[in-house]
Amino acid sequence: MPNRRWMTAMLAVGVLTLAACGGGGEESTGSGPGGLEVPKIDKATAVGAGEGQVNIVSWAGYVEDGSTDKSVDWVTGFESETGCQVNNKIAGTSDEMVALMKTGEYDVVSASGDASLRLIYGGDVAPVNTDLISNYKDVFEGLKNKQWNSVDGQPYGVPHGRGANLLMYRTDTVTPAPTSWSAVFDANSPYKGKVTAYDSPIYIADAALYLMKTKPELNITNPYALDDTQFQAAVDLLKAQNELIGEYWSDYTKEVQAFKAGNSVLGTTWQVITNLTKADGAPVEAILPTEGATGWSDTWMVSSSSKNPNCAYLWMNHIISPEANAGVAEWFGEAPSNKLSCALTKDKDHCATFHAEDEAYFDQVWYWTTPLAQCVDGRTDVTCKDYAAWTQAWTTIKG
Amino acid sequence: MSSLGSYLHRNPRLRLAGLLSAPLLWLVVAYLGALAVLLVSAFWTVNGFTGEVVREFSLQNFRTLVTEEVYRAVTLRSLGVAASVTAICVVIATPMAFFMAKVASAKYRHWLVIAILTPLWASYLVKAYAWRILLANGGPIDTLLGGPGNGPGYGLFATVLVLSYLWLPYMILPIYAGLERLPDSMLEASADLGARAGRTFRAVVLPILIPSVIAGSIFTFSLSLGDYITVQIVGGKTQMIGNLVYANIGAANNLPFAAAIATVPVVIMVIYLVAVRRSGALEEL
Repeated sequence: MPNRRWMTAMLAVGVLTLAACGGGGEESTGSGPGGLEVPKIDKATAVGAGEGQVNIVSWAGYVEDGSTDKSVDWVTGFESETGCQVNNKIAGTSDEMVALMKTGEYDVVSASGDASLRLIYGGDVAPVNTDLISNYKDVFEGLKNKQWNSVDGQPYGVPHGRGANLLMYRTDTVTPAPTSWSAVFDANSPYKGKVTAYDSPIYIADAALYLMKTKPELNITNPYALDDTQFQAAVDLLKAQNELIGEYWSDYTKEVQAFKAGNSVLGTTWQVITNLTKADGAPVEAILPTEGATGWSDTWMVSSSSKNPNCAYLWMNHIISPEANAGVAEWFGEAPSNKLSCALTKDKDHCATFHAEDEAYFDQVWYWTTPLAQCVDGRTDVTCKDYAAWTQAWTTIKG
Repeated sequence: MSSLGSYLHRNPRLRLAGLLSAPLLWLVVAYLGALAVLLVSAFWTVNGFTGEVVREFSLQNFRTLVTEEVYRAVTLRSLGVAASVTAICVVIATPMAFFMAKVASAKYRHWLVIAILTPLWASYLVKAYAWRILLANGGPIDTLLGGPGNGPGYGLFATVLVLSYLWLPYMILPIYAGLERLPDSMLEASADLGARAGRTFRAVVLPILIPSVIAGSIFTFSLSLGDYITVQIVGGKTQMIGNLVYANIGAANNLPFAAAIATVPVVIMVIYLVAVRRSGALEEL
């Protein structure tokens, strides 16, 4: 008996100590989505000699040093030129990127639009002085100073590339070929149990985009700005879609394997996944449906607590240089952000295939943007659902 | 140094304290400490947008857990999976362990134990992905059952199947260890005294078997309850408690809510352990 009392006492002491630590530690301001302000962080004024290394968080395929494929290497040259050893960490999802950047151990990140605002307002990334990046002038104007990579005209990074979330299908099973997103939302779909969707709260925007075109009475004007009614409609649509889903995918190897085996025959994809699946011999095609699509535009951003800021700036300049940018765009399967890249791709049709210069095409693409309580479409009479609400809803949708 | 040694020699209580302080510190700091952090942070919240943890006491996480139906559904599903996996493991492991402990000769017994242990040397991930390929559309299991689509495919059933495969050694070993302690002479004595096989099983084997099975079930049950990787790989669209914890840390960066969800399996396991405490199973671990 006495020894149990002793254990209880120890446990209580432990809890109290920790509670005290929690209360006394760094106090968070808890400003809440109501009083959003960008943390004041100074931007660099000059780039000096490299510190010897740079720690990067990136999407798979963005930082290749020849170890995946000998002909794909835009890192080794950079390392010998600048003396900055590149340490790369691949993130599987935007949410993982945000979590990694919060550790403060990384210098640069290739953030997509659904992560960038969270990083900016979270104070995890610093504003970027684009005067220090000589290649910035050649970036397509259509990508500069956008909602997801700048605040009040201040850029928070350099645009990397862009692409759409396409609809992929197996040509041998799915007939006729789909042209609309209705293929993945149709409750009477003949492909029930073999439909796949991207496993992330941001996928709610795909449903909103579809409703924008098919249910005009909801008045959705931006799939990332959803008030209660609009949000509920999108969630209901996705709950109904859950009946059709065989599995949700978030890492690309899983999707490639599922399409190869035929466990999935229809669903959202990225161009790079289609390329890999085709390379493995599976009969698949990907299309941009008539409703348009969600998409992404990535931005290289520098950490506010970077220990290697010079190497970080050198890297950002390097990765959007015409050669490196062309290399990534072609390997990953996306539209490059540097105008001069199009002349340097091995496949001369690359920029045409990915509509790099086709602003009309990208007008149909709604780039991932972090949903905020202040509606990003400019409405002030309603509150929109923020990303936390999207995340909780995503759990409910999957059931 | 030598004076310290002789001082300690004269003070046995101090000697004991010195000896025990390191493991005690380990237990308190690493184990209870981590549990305490979990409990405390479950009462915090997160600023929805910047992801900063707000260190103010709030019951909001638990309110969401209780009121939202999806969390109840996922908890029940996880319990169901853990119970099925445990039941399957018991059914397969008991005869295997009995054979190893009582039927096989000493030489073979040695090799059988190694055979049971070898799967534990391979990475969990490799085994789970291997099952993903086995269960794929048109894969080996489909072919065995007569063509693409005849197998279970990915989903709840596949999850139970793969988890049973993964945790089976954790059930076999405690049962084997228990049965091995049962002297053959006792079985012979029971027979000599006129008991038939059934009676011997009930009166001699079962009292040893039950605590061993419960000891094994603690492993299979808790490991299944907290699993999220197998579910992600072969579970199709199925979610379990582990997936919710993972999603709330990875996707939402909401550590407090993840901690609140993580208290659910802790509570379930505490209830389970208290329930089986009297069976003597905990001494078998």
